[in-house]
Amino acid sequence: MLDTQLFDYVLRLADDALILGHRLSEWCGHAPLVEEELALANIGLDLIGNARALYDYAGALEGQGRDQDALAYRRDAAAYRNLLLVEQPNGDFAATIARQFLYAAYAAPFWREMAGSRDATLAAIAAGARNEAAYHLRHAGAWLVRLGDGTAESRHRAQAALDTLWPYTGEMFEADETVAALVAEEIAADPASLRPDWDKTVAAVLAEATLALPAEGWMQSGGRHGRHGEHLGHILAELQFLQRAYPGANW
Amino acid sequence: MTEAMTPLWEVFIRAKAGLAHRHVGSVHAADSEMALQAARDVYTRRGEGVSLWVVPSAAITASDPGDEAALFEPASTKPYRHPTFYTVPKEVGDM
Repeated sequence: MLDTQLFDYVLRLADDALILGHRLSEWCGHAPLVEEELALANIGLDLIGNARALYDYAGALEGQGRDQDALAYRRDAAAYRNLLLVEQPNGDFAATIARQFLYAAYAAPFWREMAGSRDATLAAIAAGARNEAAYHLRHAGAWLVRLGDGTAESRHRAQAALDTLWPYTGEMFEADETVAALVAEEIAADPASLRPDWDKTVAAVLAEATLALPAEGWMQSGGRHGRHGEHLGHILAELQFLQRAYPGANW
Repeated sequence: MTEAMTPLWEVFIRAKAGLAHRHVGSVHAADSEMALQAARDVYTRRGEGVSLWVVPSAAITASDPGDEAALFEPASTKPYRHPTFYTVPKEVGDM
């Protein structure tokens, strides 16, 4: 019997990981330092590995024979359920770091919580993801501090990136019916419980980075229900081209 | 990035507790925390170890290859410095 809500929830997590991982892969060959070339690629691969495990589980839950490739390569933008934050463009290095930081500050406590999920598969995935997310947060946080408390140019770019991305942060803490139902079953981490952790981490790192905390305001929303901006279509055009042009191709 | 802003650091990794750190390469980084992260990202992708050291390359003093004869050749002809004349009892184990 298909648990639609659990399938939807797992798909959201998988899509977050895949789209963010794919964004990071766009830095391949273009990173400012060879060390960052490796770092961003490693983080991207961590996320894509996560996505694969989650797509496997989602496909199994759906029970219609869709595997990782079918879910990643054969759904159009409206069927994707990722956060709007992760589809935002890489921009400059500061924008990529700011996006990573804002996401990782949520992902790290999220996966820590999920290690205690009643769903054994999600708890097992969380056991690996929590350590990866902890490192992603450390990496992005350290860079954000150095960009903020750096040169006039790096601070300007870091602040601009934060201000631009801030309206996309609210979506991480939304709790619709699906989330509420799964929280009640102790399968999903309660977004409200993650909020204080996120606020604290963000405030602390921004203070050390001598960056201003953007003002509270209206928050973007819709990614969780398939309402995406113009970026996702372009991302999927690149991501899905090969499988759509050569269906069933493999190495 | 100039050499002054991102100097070179030498990286040492210890494979597991009890062994010694081995030199595995170098990274460029702005400071020690970034050097540690860079070493983790570049040199520990395949489970190479459990402990990382990063040392500014400028802190390392190396012997001059030209001095090899004076520094090291004398030791090669002094067999009495090697503990090979004692048989270690089996019960002692690995030394």
